[in-house]
Amino acid sequence: MRSLRLAAYALPALLALTLAACGGDGDDEKITVYSGREEEYVGPLFDRFEEETGIELDVRYGETAELAATLIEEGENSPADLFFAQDAGALGALEKEGLFAPIPEDSLSRVEPRYRSPEGVWVGTSGRARVVGYNTEELSESDLPDSILDFTDPEWKGRIGWAPTNGSFQAFVTAMRLTEGEEATEEWLRGIAGNDPVVFDDNEAIRDAIASGEIDVGFLNHYYIAEAIAEEGPDYPVRAYHPQGDVGSLINVAGIGILESAGNAAGAEEFTAFALNDESQRYFADVVKEYPLVDGIPADPEVTPLAQIQQPDVELGELDDLQGTLELLQRSGAL
Amino acid sequence: MPLALAGAVLATAMVLPLAYLLITVADSADTAVDTVANSRTIRLVARSTGLALAVTATAILIAVPLAWLTARTDLPGRRVWAVAAALPLVIPSYIGAYAYLSALGPAGLLRDALQEPFGIERLPDITGFAGAWLVLTLFTYPLVFLPVRSALRGLDPQLEEASLGLGRSQWRTFRSVVLPQLVPAIGAGAVLVALYTLHDFGAVSIMRFDSFTREIYTLYRASFDRTGAAALALILVALMLVLLWLEARARGGFALHRSTPGAKRPARPIRLGAWRVPSLIFCALVCGLALVLPAGVLVYWSFQSFAGSTDWAGTLDAAGSSLLVSGLAAAAAAVCAIPIAILSVRFPGRFARLTERFSYTGYALPGIVVALALVFFATRAAPAVYQTLGLLVFAFLVLFLPLAIGSSRAGLQQVSPRVEEAARSLGRSPLAVVRTVTAPLMRSGVLAGGALVFLTAIKELPATLILAPIGFQTLATEIWNATNVGFFERGAIPSLVLLAISAPSLYLLIGRE
Repeated sequence: MRSLRLAAYALPALLALTLAACGGDGDDEKITVYSGREEEYVGPLFDRFEEETGIELDVRYGETAELAATLIEEGENSPADLFFAQDAGALGALEKEGLFAPIPEDSLSRVEPRYRSPEGVWVGTSGRARVVGYNTEELSESDLPDSILDFTDPEWKGRIGWAPTNGSFQAFVTAMRLTEGEEATEEWLRGIAGNDPVVFDDNEAIRDAIASGEIDVGFLNHYYIAEAIAEEGPDYPVRAYHPQGDVGSLINVAGIGILESAGNAAGAEEFTAFALNDESQRYFADVVKEYPLVDGIPADPEVTPLAQIQQPDVELGELDDLQGTLELLQRSGAL
Repeated sequence: MPLALAGAVLATAMVLPLAYLLITVADSADTAVDTVANSRTIRLVARSTGLALAVTATAILIAVPLAWLTARTDLPGRRVWAVAAALPLVIPSYIGAYAYLSALGPAGLLRDALQEPFGIERLPDITGFAGAWLVLTLFTYPLVFLPVRSALRGLDPQLEEASLGLGRSQWRTFRSVVLPQLVPAIGAGAVLVALYTLHDFGAVSIMRFDSFTREIYTLYRASFDRTGAAALALILVALMLVLLWLEARARGGFALHRSTPGAKRPARPIRLGAWRVPSLIFCALVCGLALVLPAGVLVYWSFQSFAGSTDWAGTLDAAGSSLLVSGLAAAAAAVCAIPIAILSVRFPGRFARLTERFSYTGYALPGIVVALALVFFATRAAPAVYQTLGLLVFAFLVLFLPLAIGSSRAGLQQVSPRVEEAARSLGRSPLAVVRTVTAPLMRSGVLAGGALVFLTAIKELPATLILAPIGFQTLATEIWNATNVGFFERGAIPSLVLLAISAPSLYLLIGRE
């Protein structure tokens, strides 16, 4: 078999070639970013940074949790300079592993203390609100209960959509454990599970099911709705509701941490400052529909202003105890 | 001897994920024990095993008749059918599952079509066990189809002719003469289907079937809990060993090669006669469900997403990368499978058995586990290769080598050792015999194995995301980029390109016959 033999000889040669080709880049100027945020949302930001500073970014995209696990396995040998995560829980987990270096004070002080690590090793770059999405053809805001806790009422049987495997939802349950206690949280989970909710895999699916009328309400993040309204127009039949003052209106953040082992720490610090400058913050607000976290930058007019949301009293860095949440979800039959 | 050495080196490489799991679990054994020893884990094992058995059984029922029809009969267009029947393998299971959900789901395209004329508001829910079973069967049966078809083509027609000549009917001949000779190929394929079902994440997560792998992913994603996930992954390794043991028992030890001298010749195609139309309907039904329906949904989506904004240059680039890395992986796997297959068939014994079984470790595990294992070892032992193309190809080898081993072994079992003995007695060195006699004679199986690796590697995602050189985009990562932000429509075009570039390579393989 000639082609088989050919392959046997060609393979090592090809491998050697590719190794040689890939081994050659020792450029100090580059910043290596592990991005748990999607290219769709942060790609334009990266492009603008490269244009303005002339510094090249090497970006590895992936799921936030999987990149966090990768960073933990890589340890000191990580090629990454900076981790751009989708939620505070992952940043908290890496903080506990001691993988992060301090963020410069100039960047930290741009953001309110509640949206950054108390130790100053990671900083939020944009906010993501938990909301109750509802179908405007079936319901108006006055039909909705004051508290997220009241959705256990039998009146909501078969009308709720949720995503118990979704990271944002689990962060919300972790927050509920902190504000309401273990018992009340378990009771709530059992109550919702007993209301025959439709189970989804992610936020988009919940939103689409609300829009199609498959369900009346769903628990999701605010920007999925704002995005759809921007795309489909004001007639889009889904709106966001913030249950005031309880954990139902938790604001989580996407944020940045700089690796202790970074080869280009100065570059990583420069990018952190860039992500928190006015223009980048406006980008998060206008295009991604997230909440800007720097004073003086307004949120998208379609979303409820941050100042009008009564947030629960939760330390975001503590949302990394998801192990207990997972056990609770399993025990209550939600997972 | 060099064969044993090659086998040992390969098996060691394949066991890296297992070593990683043991290291991780040993780190905090208490958590591991807690995770494994709870009733929920046991229930999940039962659910996953049940799904694996159901999928494997239906996959065999679909694959064996299809393989026989396209390999041994005068079915019109049998080569085209053969290519079409193998193609569903390149559809990533999460895309396939999503396509099915959006076509047949409670609020899917079929409902939309039925709503106007018949006033049907909701279709029965296909999520859960039924949906996962359907989707996994349709996208894994080629794992049985390809090795069985290549085994059928390698069969010596003399036995069948003898059976027919002695007055047995075509059906009895198939059952008593052909089928027993196919057992190794069916068994090899069935193990792959079962292991695929056990480690698959895409289909079960979209069909919302609570399985073992979903639990492992949840542990990683929600709690960064590597210990618990590793402990659960070890259970998968144990299940794999049980499956392989069962398969080895079913395979038995009988000889499948001809015992008399003389040249082998291809079998004469069997005339289908009146069975021609039902056979065509069967092929059309399978290809319709496994290929045309998902491809149709993809085409529908690609019209939905405004094709004007498609980044064709990027997609083309990604297609080139996909071809390169899966091609390298397929060639590497084909070459590496040869010594392991020879060891297992020609020199059976404890060493060969261990070598072969442990080389399945990577395939039994979810991609994320294997990827993290290689991160762990590469960053510590070989930082120079970390995140290079070479390491990615190696990862594919760890993940997919068993795909090549199974069909190479089945191919070799049809080769009589006497040919090799003759070559030895004529003065060739053992290595020269492997190179010039054994490997060429088992080529049908080896090529089928390489094709399986190619088709599977081209859609691989978790290892590609973590281990590829930075900025290396494949079609799979393009699809992920699009679907990750919730726009399945935008994943349609790269998915169709994936199908389109796989079809010619398969045709080359099947058309050459």
